Amino acid sequence: MENIVQASYLISAILFIMGLKMLSSPATARRGNLLAGLGMILAITFTFLIPGMKHHLLMIVVILIGTAIGWVSAKKVPLTDMPQMVALFNGMGGGAAAVISYLELSRGEVASGLKLLAILGGLIGSVSFSGSFGAFMKLQRLMGDRPITYPLQKAFHAILLLLSLFLGYSVFIQFAPSLSGILNMLNFFFVVPLLLGFLLTLPIGGADMPVVIALFNAATGLAVGFDGFAIGNQAMMVSGVIVGASGSFLTYLMAKAMNRSITNVFFGAFGKLRSQEVVKEMKAREVEDASIMLGFARKVIVVPGYGLAVAQAQHKLREFMDVLEDKGVEIKFAIHPVAGRMPGHMNVLLAEANIPYDKLYDLEEINPEFTTADVALIVGANDVVNPAAETDPSSPLYGMPILKAYQSKNALVIKRGRGKGFAGIENDLFFMDQTYMVFGDAQDVLGKLVQAIKKT
Amino acid sequence: MSEIWVALYIFILSGFTGFEVISRVPVILHTPLMSATNFIHGIVLVGAMVVMGRAETTVELIIGALGVWLGALNVVGGFAVTDRMLEMFKKGK
Repeated sequence: MENIVQASYLISAILFIMGLKMLSSPATARRGNLLAGLGMILAITFTFLIPGMKHHLLMIVVILIGTAIGWVSAKKVPLTDMPQMVALFNGMGGGAAAVISYLELSRGEVASGLKLLAILGGLIGSVSFSGSFGAFMKLQRLMGDRPITYPLQKAFHAILLLLSLFLGYSVFIQFAPSLSGILNMLNFFFVVPLLLGFLLTLPIGGADMPVVIALFNAATGLAVGFDGFAIGNQAMMVSGVIVGASGSFLTYLMAKAMNRSITNVFFGAFGKLRSQEVVKEMKAREVEDASIMLGFARKVIVVPGYGLAVAQAQHKLREFMDVLEDKGVEIKFAIHPVAGRMPGHMNVLLAEANIPYDKLYDLEEINPEFTTADVALIVGANDVVNPAAETDPSSPLYGMPILKAYQSKNALVIKRGRGKGFAGIENDLFFMDQTYMVFGDAQDVLGKLVQAIKKT
Repeated sequence: MSEIWVALYIFILSGFTGFEVISRVPVILHTPLMSATNFIHGIVLVGAMVVMGRAETTVELIIGALGVWLGALNVVGGFAVTDRMLEMFKKGK
């Protein structure tokens, strides 16, 4: 029987890894999740067969109750509230890890090396439980999403952390005269990290929460892994550590994508609130990311400019149009009267590449359509999409009609460098939240995009 | 090979696997992937079942049942949320 259980754990670990791998591409992501789900059902089912298990019936009832609540709440919640649901369910996992540690430690029969792991699992699981709950409350606006700070906050957190470590150590060496003393110590040990986790989320602003949730997610994974070693459960060891590692890496990637560092997220609000006047930066994207954004769009509007002409990228643009149309994406070209260096420059250029005329739209025709476009792809254009022409009376461009690319859901800008346009002024569009930059020569970038989109 | 070494190997190899499987993930999949890993650490349910199944006293049973309940929520909620996010990646007709 033991072997059958082990085999089921092994297979479920393989399914988890394959599922995660499939989650790295939008085309296979959903099946990847289903595959992992299959692994989960397998592991849970065979766990009932472990020799010497009791309370089967009660266990099934409790699982069914949890299943019903989890399913209904996950399906009922509006899509915009998904991040806090992730936080909440992550906290549940951390709490379960803490419970496992608590029961193992209170029984007091764990070997000392394993005891250390159980203590670590309990500590991390508790912090993750209450921290995730704090994140949930912030995102759900149950306590406002502004950073909450007070004097000596950092020092207080440090003291709580040291206290939890000290209590953990005391539990480890059983620094108490009697069994009840140990139990008291144990209770106290779990209370302090619970407090710490919650307090840690207070000074963090709502915008940084995704990174925080990602970090707590990694923490829960690690706690689960440690507990797995402590109770000798292979499924938990492997899956927990995998989540711990991938979650940590993901936290780093997310922070990087948001132009934030992890220390900045956790300690940024200490001492003083983040200044309102944030120095904005252009967000650069890799070709792979851009290709996915484009390949899964419904409608793309291309804004060509002088850079296209300089790079002689019109033929690549034609290829790009063809692969997108193969994917069922609607593609239109927005031609600004002064795009390029002469009127009609773009029309000629695109005609040369056999891009059909009926796909080219001029300013008045296309401007109302940007609001329905998923992506505005700006290829070597700059001033003709600068919103300052509409909003900033002090701008030399003010009053010039522009292509309203800033109204599309996302803007992708292919640009040689970070420099300014022909008019020598900064373009606010490049710093907007929905705008992503792909730096490089237009012909080169378009060529890579064509290859990448073919693969999606 | 003693058990501690086997455990260490499992730890290290699983860690590298974790890094490896997500190293090429595009930005738009960051959130669904985080949600999926959130679902996968729901495997903690299995451990909670094991400790609940060993409960001797009523207190242990109650605490164990709490763990199982939390684990089940993690598993089911994590899966359903991930699935809903990924639904959005279906191509529009």
